Amino acid sequence: MTDMTADRRRPGPPLLEARAVSKAFPGVKALQGVDFAVRAGEVHALVGENGAGKSTLMKILSGLYQPDAGEIRVRGQAVGLPTPLSARRLGISVIHQEFFLMAHLTVAQNIFIGREPKLPGALFLDDRLLNRKAAALLERLGVDIDPRVQVGRLTVAAQQMVEIAKALSFDSSVLIMDEPTAALTQSEVETLFRIILEFVSESAAVVYISHRMEEIKQIADRITVLRDGQLVDSRPAAELEIRDVIRLMVGRVITAGARPEPRSAKADTVLEVEQLSTATLVKSVSFDLKRGEILGFAGLMGAGRTETARALVGADPKTAGRVRVNGQPVKITSPADAVAKGIGYLSEDRKRFGLIMRQDVVRNITLSSLPRFNRFGLLDDHAMNEAAESFCRLLAVKTPSVHQQVSNLSGGNQQKVVLAKWLERDCDILIFDEPTRGIDVGAKQEIYDLLRRLAGEGKSIIMISSEMEEILRLSDRIVVMCDGCVTGVLANAEATQENIMELATRFCHREAGDLNAAA
Amino acid sequence: MSATDETEAGLGGAARGSAASRKSATAGSAAIAAVGVAGRSLVPDRYRGFFQQAMVLATLVVLFVLFASVNPAFLNWPTISSMLLAAVVTGVQALGLCFVIATGGIDLTPGLGMSVTAVVGAQLMVAFHLPMAIGILGCVLCGALIGTVNGFLVAKVKMQPMIATLAMMMVCWGMSLVLSNGTNIYLREIEGYGKIATGHLIPGLPNAVLIFAVLAVVAGVLMGKTSVGRYALAIGSNKEAARISGIKTVRWEIAMYAICGVFTGISGVIMSSRLNQAQGLIGQGYEMYAIAAAVIGGTSLRGGRASIFGAVIGAITIQTIFTGLTFIGVADQWQKVVLGGVVLVAVFIDIMRRGGKEE
Repeated sequence: MTDMTADRRRPGPPLLEARAVSKAFPGVKALQGVDFAVRAGEVHALVGENGAGKSTLMKILSGLYQPDAGEIRVRGQAVGLPTPLSARRLGISVIHQEFFLMAHLTVAQNIFIGREPKLPGALFLDDRLLNRKAAALLERLGVDIDPRVQVGRLTVAAQQMVEIAKALSFDSSVLIMDEPTAALTQSEVETLFRIILEFVSESAAVVYISHRMEEIKQIADRITVLRDGQLVDSRPAAELEIRDVIRLMVGRVITAGARPEPRSAKADTVLEVEQLSTATLVKSVSFDLKRGEILGFAGLMGAGRTETARALVGADPKTAGRVRVNGQPVKITSPADAVAKGIGYLSEDRKRFGLIMRQDVVRNITLSSLPRFNRFGLLDDHAMNEAAESFCRLLAVKTPSVHQQVSNLSGGNQQKVVLAKWLERDCDILIFDEPTRGIDVGAKQEIYDLLRRLAGEGKSIIMISSEMEEILRLSDRIVVMCDGCVTGVLANAEATQENIMELATRFCHREAGDLNAAA
Repeated sequence: MSATDETEAGLGGAARGSAASRKSATAGSAAIAAVGVAGRSLVPDRYRGFFQQAMVLATLVVLFVLFASVNPAFLNWPTISSMLLAAVVTGVQALGLCFVIATGGIDLTPGLGMSVTAVVGAQLMVAFHLPMAIGILGCVLCGALIGTVNGFLVAKVKMQPMIATLAMMMVCWGMSLVLSNGTNIYLREIEGYGKIATGHLIPGLPNAVLIFAVLAVVAGVLMGKTSVGRYALAIGSNKEAARISGIKTVRWEIAMYAICGVFTGISGVIMSSRLNQAQGLIGQGYEMYAIAAAVIGGTSLRGGRASIFGAVIGAITIQTIFTGLTFIGVADQWQKVVLGGVVLVAVFIDIMRRGGKEE
């Protein structure tokens, strides 16, 4: 399969082009003057880190977003794509990572939804013709799926084939696929690649968005790299090695000297996790955490970092694994157990899991430690206010008073309130999941200083972050995850953006699968 | 992995679903060709709908046998035909409700909406001395208007269906009292009006039952054989997917509520014809029976699944319980308790059949 790209196709004229496209969201420049061209007959890989602008570009090309500047051309003609339907009419179809299928309808009904064949008179649906057309389409794809089965009963792989069939039914000439192999087994991937190659040979093109470097090398004719919303490079795949692609993806300059001092390895181990697994994603994750350490967790979206943390604190069930706190084996089956052992988890989604937005600062800070303020069955408001006020001073929470509703605070101050809640509860192990998400630049620095101060005072911190800079600036050691596995642990001194990204794209599961099967 | 898991994956939770299937992927490498359908249930996919309807029908038959064995008089035609007549109003409303519930919505206006439509129709004929045809048309159009307003509030203004239609139900309640001046409007003077429901075009069968049968066929065809039903189920299954597929979901959702309103209007005609009068409170509580009928019939309140046949049988089942319990001498007060129990059992059986998970 490796030489399937060898003597293939000479790219034809551009089918779909973005010219100097820009798009901004409040606080973020998602795309800045990006040029991108897909030619007939090519598989064009689009790569970049989390937040590089891949999905924004994809959404603009498929009519979900409107660009702020620049133009879109289809077969050389400047066009507007006000809706997904208008893009589809011009032959551009997208297969999203999350499928847009109607689970209760059948395969055939899904494929032709909105375009059902009618019986003469145009009143009644012609389901017989509908099923026949769907069957013909699926046969062309070479997949054996009954068009009369409800889509909700199909496997994810089969659902993806339905999405592809749906795209083909529109006579698409450009198919944009977002991480199409995320849910597929090796043999399913091969089927998909066969379909992709057959598809592009009919003077069509595929935009292939993925983090899986091996697959990109295997299938792509051209690779375009985005970084921080800008085009970095676009070259024939034959000219790029995997490590070149990674270098282009991460090539951001990080200010030197910001890294933490190397610490002595003598500190005691406060937390040991061995072979932690969950039913869905996490596979045999092991790591340890030392007193006063900041342990960074790096990886791409969907690497299983949040899932590991949630399983660790008992928010999701574990299927295997041992946890020791201060050398003692502990059993954690619910977040309450974790809190009792001094482990606090600060969710990446503060609004949903971290705070009660409609209550004030005091109530939020004291929520986890209410029994402490219990005086003869009543809550001691005075003591609660005092505790909250002292934390607000300690963490420099900017709020007019502790009775302010937390929804009125800024992101950074909300994060401090969540932190105060766990400190009030005497948690010594703090797990921060994306601690600076949705926090503006100035407040970020404050959170960084706070994390360092906490570590300096002997708290032990796990910090999950998708921002390379954050990871490199704060972590004493860095655990890198990919696809549910730990692919490496680096000391800060030996960590670089390149070697982190290489570990973060080292997909382990298929090899691991073979090993498991052999065992 | 049960069917429900994949349902959720299909509904957009692909990340979660993918992780699960990835695990199965590591266990072995099955070719795509072999992984079409995951998990098999006892009933083959194509016959699942049929099986569901057979179950509903079987329940009704069991009830009949039960009541007849206690009191054989239950099984004579006059009893059955009057029971069917009594089931018509609930049945007609349940037919319309199926379209709304299929989209994942709910409509609480059928009951008191029926009061308003009946009063409007009656006033057109009595106070304005307009011909009967205009009265009937007014009644149905009034229903369509209520439904369209519901649909607008839900689909366009994005109100929660429960809240929007609860408010509209109260509006209907008040309006029916306002328009009738809080009194009964007698329709005996309108020649032939009473015959609409109680006449016998077919000897022995009240016209209302005949109308119900025709409406059931119309609703069944609409649901199963036209774009209307297909889009209702698509919206209830995954509204975003339907929208991205180019379906004008807002317009269609409004249409579903409007259809429900039309059926409410027709139920208004039948009710006022049967009673030969219209008044403000005749519809109170009927929305609950209509919802119960749809649910007993296997329509899912989460949307995406609806059965017209089930709604018909559901409505008849409810009336059978009421009439049957009277026949075997169970006090009035207990009838609603039993009905509540039957609804719970119907939903419970449905959940069991799906392997312990609500779809």
